[in-house]
Amino acid sequence: MIEQGYNFGYLDENTKRMIRRALLKAVALPGYQVPFGSREMPLPYGWGTGGIQLTASVIGPDDTLKVIDQGADDTTNAVSIRRFFHRVTGVATTERTAEATIIQTRHRVPEATLGEHQILVYQVPMPEPLFRLEPRVAETRRMHALADYGLMHVKLYEDIARHGAVTTSYNYPVMVNQRYLMSPSPIPAFDNPKLDRMPALQLFGAGREKRLYAVPPYTPVRSLDFEDHPFVPVRADAACVICGSRASYLDELIVDDGGTRHFVCSDTDYCASRPPLQEDAA
Amino acid sequence: MTALMTARGLELRFGAISALDDVALEIHPGEVVAIVGESGSGKTTLLRVLAGMMPPEAGQVLYRGEDVHAMGEAARRRLMRSDWGFVHQNPRDGLRLRVSAGGNVGERLMAAGARHYGNIRTEAAEWLQRVEIDPARMDDMPEKFSGGMQQRLQIARTLVTRPKLVFMDEPTGGLDVSVQARLLDLIRALVAELGLAVLIVTHDIAAARLLAHRMLVMRHGQVVEQGLTDRVLDDPQHPYTQLLVSSVLAA
Repeated sequence: MIEQGYNFGYLDENTKRMIRRALLKAVALPGYQVPFGSREMPLPYGWGTGGIQLTASVIGPDDTLKVIDQGADDTTNAVSIRRFFHRVTGVATTERTAEATIIQTRHRVPEATLGEHQILVYQVPMPEPLFRLEPRVAETRRMHALADYGLMHVKLYEDIARHGAVTTSYNYPVMVNQRYLMSPSPIPAFDNPKLDRMPALQLFGAGREKRLYAVPPYTPVRSLDFEDHPFVPVRADAACVICGSRASYLDELIVDDGGTRHFVCSDTDYCASRPPLQEDAA
Repeated sequence: MTALMTARGLELRFGAISALDDVALEIHPGEVVAIVGESGSGKTTLLRVLAGMMPPEAGQVLYRGEDVHAMGEAARRRLMRSDWGFVHQNPRDGLRLRVSAGGNVGERLMAAGARHYGNIRTEAAEWLQRVEIDPARMDDMPEKFSGGMQQRLQIARTLVTRPKLVFMDEPTGGLDVSVQARLLDLIRALVAELGLAVLIVTHDIAAARLLAHRMLVMRHGQVVEQGLTDRVLDDPQHPYTQLLVSSVLAA
């Protein structure tokens, strides 16, 4: 059932064209933040207005859409956005990663390997990786233009000096194509290696900040580190209580008042696609 | 010997006030040049124009034959990170107060491409020792340091990448005399050891005598007299220089 009175994908064609033009620029300059005329969307900032506008601009009638929120297909945000697109485009939706051609995500990269026919759209709250270190936006833009990123390493240096290790466990800064410093949106550092040379196109949209950026297929993406303190993806040292996986990223659940902790896969599709409770050796 | 930096015909006005009026100067490798003069005579403005932080209205600044104000901002920043250093009068302008002392020294190394944590730390510790800061305080925040220590930390941070030319804007301003004396001693030792060219702005004639090989006296944006330090101080020719020299208090 397609909602009457709306253009395909909710946005009007001129807006979609404007966003596509910005996307082309973003793909041509991997990791560079392209300003765009972000529209008011029928949901609040912080709920994925940037991601929705990007999805609306690239989606076509033959696409199959999957939406995840922290890896899960069944949370309010994911369900609402999936239903929204089904109503304004009529496209098929799915919870299976392998079947989707467009995956809109908040804060996770699916566990399954993505292919060339897929597009991953990230919802980004803060596109600027330097914003906690340099409060002036004009200055951060100058630093990007001149590739002057010593400050980011100072932050990592301070972490190691104070805590013995880099304490950033999500939104871990990356260098894209050896040129632009990029915030991977707040995905866990565990997911950072998946960005590197991914066959799928990755699009990032920040609605409130009115910026979008992209990582084209097979682009090198390197997490910042020191030679003697290499980047380590962090994962809870436990197995999923549902599927027993020791390789996937886990959510921690407190299940009773005694503080009993359970770990479950954050990627619900990955978890459901595995035979239940077989502890694997890996 | 070719000059490291040459400036010609520099002009800059702030409204009706002439901050720079046809100023020319040369700095040779390994030479310490002092710019003295009263407040408002254009000393700091000259320093900022020479360091490429402020464009002049007329005239040229050449660094190794290249026009500092004609080159792109990227090239100028590269110079600032590698060949040049700038020591501010107020150490709080030159330091990151929320970053540890080691991080402050390491920042320039990392900006220059150092990516080995252990080496950065060793080098930072070495430099802290050279400027007489206990390496045990490496992970302390500079805001907890005394004024003299902050200034020494700023010097370590500036010199760690071994620049060829250092601009110093009243490095001893605001420090008490015994701390000043130690700082001057330290600067003198480091300059001699590293063969730095230094352009130092000061209103402290005694400091200039101690550090500088050559001296420029500025007044109303003009260089009224220049020459070897002892010549200018012991045999001042211009009436203003004579006034300046005779105003120095002897303890």
